[in-house]
Amino acid sequence: MESRPRPMGAQTVRYKAAPPAVCAAGELSGRRCGVWVCTVGKIGIFVSSPDNGSNRTQQGAAMPFGNTHNQMKMNYSSDQEYPDLSKHNNHMAKILTPAMYERLRSKQTPSGFTLDDVIQTGVDNPGHPFIMTVGCVAGDEETYEVFKELLDPVIEDRHGGYKPADKHKTDLNPDNLKGGDDLDPNYVLSSRVRTGRSIRGFCLPPHCSRGERRMVEKLSNEALDSLTGDLKGKYYALKNMTDAEQQQLIDDHFLFDKPVSPLLLASGMARDWPDARGIWHNDNKTFLVWVNEEDHLRVISMQKGGNMKEVFNRFCTGLTKIESLFKEKGHEFMWNEHLGYVLTCPSNLGTGLRAGVHMKLPNMSKHAKFEEVLKRLRLQKRGTGGVDTAAVGGVFDISNADRLGFSEVELVQMVVDGVKLLTEMEKRLEKGQSIDDLMPAQK
Amino acid sequence: MANSFTRMISGRNTALMMAVGASTLASGYLISDNTSAAERMRTYPPSADYPDLRKHNNCMAAALTPAIYARLRDRATAHNWTLDQCIQTGVDNPGHPFIKTVGMVAGDEESYEVFAEIFDPVIKDRHNGYDPRTMKHPTDLDSSKITSGFFDERYVLSSRVRTGRSIRGLSLPPACTRSERREVERVVVTALSGLKGDLAGRYYSLGDMSQREQQQLIDEHFLFDKPVSPLLTAAGMARDWPDARGIWHNNDKNFLIWINEEDHTRIISMEKGGNMKRVFERFCKGLKQVEHLIQERGWEFMWNERLGYILTCPSNLGTGLRAGVHIRLPFLSKDPRFGKVLENLRLQKRGTGGVDTAATGDTFDISNLDRLGKSEVELVQLVIDGVNYLIECEKRLERGQDIKIPAPIPQFRK
Repeated sequence: MESRPRPMGAQTVRYKAAPPAVCAAGELSGRRCGVWVCTVGKIGIFVSSPDNGSNRTQQGAAMPFGNTHNQMKMNYSSDQEYPDLSKHNNHMAKILTPAMYERLRSKQTPSGFTLDDVIQTGVDNPGHPFIMTVGCVAGDEETYEVFKELLDPVIEDRHGGYKPADKHKTDLNPDNLKGGDDLDPNYVLSSRVRTGRSIRGFCLPPHCSRGERRMVEKLSNEALDSLTGDLKGKYYALKNMTDAEQQQLIDDHFLFDKPVSPLLLASGMARDWPDARGIWHNDNKTFLVWVNEEDHLRVISMQKGGNMKEVFNRFCTGLTKIESLFKEKGHEFMWNEHLGYVLTCPSNLGTGLRAGVHMKLPNMSKHAKFEEVLKRLRLQKRGTGGVDTAAVGGVFDISNADRLGFSEVELVQMVVDGVKLLTEMEKRLEKGQSIDDLMPAQK
Repeated sequence: MANSFTRMISGRNTALMMAVGASTLASGYLISDNTSAAERMRTYPPSADYPDLRKHNNCMAAALTPAIYARLRDRATAHNWTLDQCIQTGVDNPGHPFIKTVGMVAGDEESYEVFAEIFDPVIKDRHNGYDPRTMKHPTDLDSSKITSGFFDERYVLSSRVRTGRSIRGLSLPPACTRSERREVERVVVTALSGLKGDLAGRYYSLGDMSQREQQQLIDEHFLFDKPVSPLLTAAGMARDWPDARGIWHNNDKNFLIWINEEDHTRIISMEKGGNMKRVFERFCKGLKQVEHLIQERGWEFMWNERLGYILTCPSNLGTGLRAGVHIRLPFLSKDPRFGKVLENLRLQKRGTGGVDTAATGDTFDISNLDRLGKSEVELVQLVIDGVNYLIECEKRLERGQDIKIPAPIPQFRK
């Protein structure tokens, strides 16, 4: 693991199976501690203590909250603890076997995130017969290492066969995008690109303490306050917002609210709402950052009309600027060669990028081949309210289906090219002509 | 396997009973001093983690000072349950300007000891001045002491008594692991299968229920569903639903037990009509038999002298008992003094759907307000006397006569 400057408050990141630092006897003033390794390669820490009971130490967990029961659970057999997944239909439930559960359940990340923490949302939400949810979340950057055995196959399943040894390419150079400034405004109503970023050294929303979440807010504010030019803007903390500000943000479609989806609530992301949550946007209202919603940061660039190139330009410029502002203060984003940008939900790894448009497709959407075309273009449709909403008045949200294994430029290119083709097809169908010769090959 | 487990639990029982009894062990456990935790604690002193409670209106928010938080933050019970976990539901649910919720839960029996510094003032606030540090809670399940327990059935439609019980040695619903929850189910269902006569019945596991069984239980008003109240879900009680949850009832359908809903067990005795004495007799008999059956296998209920029966929510400590009736009071409910009459009688009204529902028509759910500091017999007698008084008021108003507000029943303060 290459060494990087350690941000304030970060614990040393460990990617090997070496035990976390064994406490020196001196530090513990009289408490003995030892490390035991089980025959199947499990590693744990057991801290014993003198028997007067008044200063006994909590075993194993480092964070004063969350599911810190791991050592106690080891008193029960793996079979007794294994969740009932017989009625479940999510990626986690497909992959997790009793044997895998047994191997992973004694582990935890340095901040104390356990296997049960990872899978709780998937246990509590069996899923839907038609929609395949992920069913697991990360509590910190190390989750993806410590629980590799579960998360690698989940990632492979969710991201079209992405293998544990694959490398992900990051490309935020907007000059590499070809075209995209001329999507037909008669059909394309608005263009938007979003992604997420996590600040290295802090636990993710399912597991962070209030102190950490507030620090993420503080650091984000400092970075965003330094933005200038057309990126200059202002922060609105959710808990201090006036009624007038709140209404304005609702009217601008910027405001996010406490999650109601049980998928999110079950993972613990909504704890302490609305403490340390807020929205930042530039004065032009084209660049928006959500702080401490589903991820540390969600970064959004958007505007009316079809100039996706301009949207992407601003997106890249803004993101790069924010990243350098963080680095000046000794912080960086969670990123690695294999998984790209690390976010809470495995579905958002890689680029975490969703580039999309709201476009009118009244004819195309009724065509028998609509779904097939989207699939071949590697695009997905949603209603204009976002994920899980229905389309209204023939207007669809069309965006990239992939996140990992393609660079940002490649994904936006797919959207630009795909939207151009869909526009062509819509025009043909308007005139009553066939679209058979326009059918694309599978990308 | 059962034997060795029982021995292990017995060992834990001993440790817990010693912990509960001896004041020297009340300081609990400190978070491990390994490098990660120590560094995190240096980076984030308690003041960095102290919740923002300025817009909150619950018992926890009123009692939790930064100083108390600082002293308790780094402690944990033997089951590794922490202060932040106790208070999470109160932080996430600021409350309502009119309703003062409790705002914290226990994860295990020991929580009430290790975090006594915050639980004791919350208990005092919620239970009208009952001071766990100096007072003792009386337990009395001798139903023969009840008098006048037959209501006028022109007014009282049904009678019901409920309480909860927790199995000593196992974590409570906010904290329990799947195996602990399954253990609770196993212990209780095994015990219930030993009930005979009018108490004999059967168990319906929530996860394995057939559609027909489910509909039957809904029609009988027995079925409970996954909690939707954010007060409960924020406390973690709904994890792994519906694993190890279920409903047991006797063949006569007047003795019912919920397993692993808000508490390990909720025990309910009910019937149509106004025979509260019989309802309470069955309640006491059933409780005693269940207790005996679990003791035969080396288990017991969580209980101590200070707090009575230990349950998840501090509001249910003591007796955990809610005795009540569904009653029609068309005249009295429209009288402006209705609220005051209830208040002085230490009664509360709810809609017939239970807590947080509105009354339909003139029919109300009337039950005792108090849980801790008075015994079961005292509380049921209080309900009986109070309901009889309400019926008297109703009859007087029917005849065009005036009513009197009764003198208030003495409390621990005021």
